Amino acid sequence: MSKNYFEIIRAGINTTFQDKGRNNLYHIGIPFSGAMDKRNYLLANKLVGNKLNLPVIEFAYQGPLLKFFGDKINIVITGDVVFKIKQNDKEIDGNCYETYELKNEDEINILSTNKSVYGYLAISGRFDLKLQWGSCSINTKANIGSNDGKKLDNDQKIKISKVNENVNKKKINYLNSKIENIRIMKGTNFDYFSEKGKKDFLEKEFTVSKLSDRMGMRLEGPEIENIVNTNIKSEGLLKGVIQVPADGNPIIMLSDHGTIGGYPKIAVVASVDYDRLVQISPGSKIKFKEIELTDAETLFKLYEMETQNLLSQI
Amino acid sequence: MIKNISNLGDAALYCDFGTEVNKKINSEVIKYFNTIKKRNIEGINNLTPSYNKLIISYDLKVTNYKEIKDKIEKLNIAEAIKTNNKKIEIPVCCDPSFSLDMERLENKLNLTKDKILENFFKKEFFCYMTGFIAGMPFLGDLDENMRVQRLETPRVKVPKGSVGITEQFADIYTFESPGGWNIIGNTPLEVFDSSKEIDPNLINPGDTVKFKQITLEEYKNYNE
Repeated sequence: MSKNYFEIIRAGINTTFQDKGRNNLYHIGIPFSGAMDKRNYLLANKLVGNKLNLPVIEFAYQGPLLKFFGDKINIVITGDVVFKIKQNDKEIDGNCYETYELKNEDEINILSTNKSVYGYLAISGRFDLKLQWGSCSINTKANIGSNDGKKLDNDQKIKISKVNENVNKKKINYLNSKIENIRIMKGTNFDYFSEKGKKDFLEKEFTVSKLSDRMGMRLEGPEIENIVNTNIKSEGLLKGVIQVPADGNPIIMLSDHGTIGGYPKIAVVASVDYDRLVQISPGSKIKFKEIELTDAETLFKLYEMETQNLLSQI
Repeated sequence: MIKNISNLGDAALYCDFGTEVNKKINSEVIKYFNTIKKRNIEGINNLTPSYNKLIISYDLKVTNYKEIKDKIEKLNIAEAIKTNNKKIEIPVCCDPSFSLDMERLENKLNLTKDKILENFFKKEFFCYMTGFIAGMPFLGDLDENMRVQRLETPRVKVPKGSVGITEQFADIYTFESPGGWNIIGNTPLEVFDSSKEIDPNLINPGDTVKFKQITLEEYKNYNE
């Protein structure tokens, strides 16, 4: 057990441990969870020389202020994040995708995500965490995962069980691309909606609501008119499924979603766009664009190749 | 039998077993669920059985819609999968401090409290599915004269352990959660145990559930 740890001086708004998430538990009501933006999660681990499936700290909007105690450790921040590092009495502006070495009593202050939602902090080593169903991912709604399934709080300690020795400083140049047009496929209840409802959904603009979190993204815009039934017999949900409840405002299921739902499914977001969808901040405008299944599969392959290319450059 | 398979997005198969909700269709869904689970088909990373649908999620990095659809269509489902369906008794206390919607139920059903409780506790329920929140069982079927709609405005917080009814179904809130079911009582029993890696659910699809009324005194002493 190493004596390295972080003291949380300010926890931030929604700071959790996340990894790849958990599989094969939908049937008992437990979703995948895991890092919302998988590409930035993988890049964070690779930059500090970790195995790609290790837990990292995920934060949203305002991140934590952490003080390091111990010998030394390399850290990296990924995403589009504004942060400062305090070493001795000197404060410097940090760059994302660049590793920094922290020594005893150095601080890292994650001020905000810049026109995005989620950012990631990885360390060259391992946090001391208990896994649940093979994953540390914290699902605050079901109190599942590390830290008793609760988000990180002020005045807590984050223990580090292992520090990797001889880690090289690494950096890459990477710019997170933004999207406004979210590609979707028709959902199983697409025909529950009127011609006008379908047209509004595919052509009009929506605003991302403040009531969005790791469970779901709520949208405001034209009310999507239902002509069949505003309820269906409850059935499974997936991340990316867009449900339209009786009020006509679409909700996109995100990584911590309830596993069963009873609202009609108008569409499903293409996997290729998920990492960038979750980064769209409240108040932003989005539009949907319909694509075919085969196109969605090809686009995802290309996106995955791009991710692998980025990882291989590190 | 599966009536139709379609895609739900680019990473899931949507298997439709019909539109009605009954034990026969649901048993088919559960049979497929158990068979596919046992097969460990490469790429499949989640299965969600419900009343009359089965959603099969897969890792798009490993496989695709066509491959998984082929495998599901070729499955030999006839072979009997042994399942150990249990009979479970759930203690429920219907003290006024727990039965939050008794007055509403009396009005909507036009039955007395005693009659409502009698109908509820004599019924043997069948577990169709679990989910929404971890471990929540969806149980059926209530008699025609016991069926009510959800609350017009759902509660922001339904207490943990609450037992609710809506339409032909009963459920148990395994966590404090938002929800719109009519709350009839509360169970002191831990229906979902998250400290268990294997079988954290007390009630699984296919199981039979009978509720047993207990007094407030018994409720308070239950976990001691």
